[in-house]
Amino acid sequence: MNTETSKTDPRFKIAHREAWIGVGLAIFNFIWWFGFAYGLGSRPVEAYTYIFGLPDWFFYSCVVGFLLMSALVIVIAKYVLTEVSFDEEVEE
Amino acid sequence: MNIGVIIPLIIFLIGIFAIGLISSKRMSTPGTSFLSDYFLGGRELGGFVLAMTMVATYGSASSFLGGPGTAYTVGFGWILLAMAQVVTGYFVLLILGKKFAILARRYNAVTMIDFLKVRYNSSAVAILSAIAIIIFLFSAMTAQWVGGGRLIESLTGLQYTTALFIFAISVLVYVVIGGFRAVAVTDAVQGGIMVIGTLVLLIGVIIAGGGVPAIMQDLLNENPRLVTPFGADGSLSAAYVSSFWILVGVGVVALPQMAVRAMSYKNSRSMHRALVIGTIVTGFIMLNMHLIGIFARPVMPGIEIGDKVIPLVALEVLPAWLAGIVLAAPMAAIMSTVDSLLLLVSSAIVKDVYINFIRPDAEERRIKIVSFGVTAILGVIVFLLALKPPELLIFLNLFSFGGLEAAFIWPVVLGLYWKYGNKYGAIASMITGMLSYIGLHFYNQAFGNLFGVHTVTFPILLSLVAYVVFSLTVKREVYRF
Repeated sequence: MNTETSKTDPRFKIAHREAWIGVGLAIFNFIWWFGFAYGLGSRPVEAYTYIFGLPDWFFYSCVVGFLLMSALVIVIAKYVLTEVSFDEEVEE
Repeated sequence: MNIGVIIPLIIFLIGIFAIGLISSKRMSTPGTSFLSDYFLGGRELGGFVLAMTMVATYGSASSFLGGPGTAYTVGFGWILLAMAQVVTGYFVLLILGKKFAILARRYNAVTMIDFLKVRYNSSAVAILSAIAIIIFLFSAMTAQWVGGGRLIESLTGLQYTTALFIFAISVLVYVVIGGFRAVAVTDAVQGGIMVIGTLVLLIGVIIAGGGVPAIMQDLLNENPRLVTPFGADGSLSAAYVSSFWILVGVGVVALPQMAVRAMSYKNSRSMHRALVIGTIVTGFIMLNMHLIGIFARPVMPGIEIGDKVIPLVALEVLPAWLAGIVLAAPMAAIMSTVDSLLLLVSSAIVKDVYINFIRPDAEERRIKIVSFGVTAILGVIVFLLALKPPELLIFLNLFSFGGLEAAFIWPVVLGLYWKYGNKYGAIASMITGMLSYIGLHFYNQAFGNLFGVHTVTFPILLSLVAYVVFSLTVKREVYRF
């Protein structure tokens, strides 16, 4: 984060940003999964409702959670990630 | 003996052999390096093959036999736990991602150990890594072979030993001849079979159980806790289940069998595509396979050995020929995991020990012979270990995951992204991680889980501390990537 930054391979900047996106996605995924599972699932069993026959906590946490993550990953792969070459460039 | 089931399985095996053979033909084209080809498929995997090989390698016996078997016993809490694995689909590729691919090419690395060796410029790191891989992957492989043997045993009614023998021969033949490309390409086929097989079996089970609401009612009548997140005996705590995010989710980044795939993609397009396909396929298989496990409970009550739930339920609810095709899925999963592990351990021995330390000047022909020989001998040893199988193979499998993660996660991740990371940190981190993991494993077995979380949690924290402290205190130096 000082004079060296100018020499850093520009592709690594992209790589670092995308790694942080991965961390962000994982944190969001965890919160969604945990929140619905234990938020709804901690009620007494008699209070559960059923969606497509599945317990509500499970439906939101695992089924919707999975679909949502898939959608997010598609959007990110399509619009956010940058294409770079993996081979060594002759620069410097 | 059920001929109707066995014929589709045999056809499947023959098909896999054929692919192995074709791949090995392609391998012998002149001008390509044998090592990078045999162990890495010449770095030219496209998105679909890459995603499938990751899913198939990761989706092992435990996701097809052990996991659903446990869901059968424990209930929805176990599916919740299994869904932590959705994260691996995108996390591994985004974290290792482009930087790992670029550096692996720059360093000319073929294995994860190559990468670590160049990054830390240290033979000690390479030796420690090879030891970790050989110890822990051995236990992972053994678990897979047990699964393969069990599967053939429950299908054919043959004795376990005979079943294991058939399995061992099939795997060995095609790994030895085909190398990584054969493994990756067959993984793609096997991944496809896994997806279709899962779907067919799920539908079969739901029909046999009289629809999802009826199944749910049966489960509620039997034990209401089966439909809670806390498990049939109420023993799954939120802390325990959440700590699986480390073991089967984010920690997977450090598994050598995943890392090696992250250096094999052709270009960033195929990486992006793999990201999407990998996430969807992993989630789909995990969700549905474990649902099958729990739905099987009212359909077929009283199965004692968890690993047999899936084969038995498939034979019960599907016509024989279809069961044969569907059961090719766990077979595919097991084979594709085993072959990758086999290749990885033999690459650790050949590439990282033999070429590095014993005969650095070995010529191509010699390396070839040694590679084939080591792979074959390893196969025989694992076979002997698998002869006396443990009760539930999932725990054996998870033991190895945790050990590898504790050893490698920080040297790999911080080695990629933290400029102060150096070999002192890496060595300290690997030793701390492995020793504390093994120690804590025995402690937890004797006294129950420390603070109620999975064994892997604390070793990962400890090895992080060790990495940072030793990197900064022994020799603080900026690494120029």
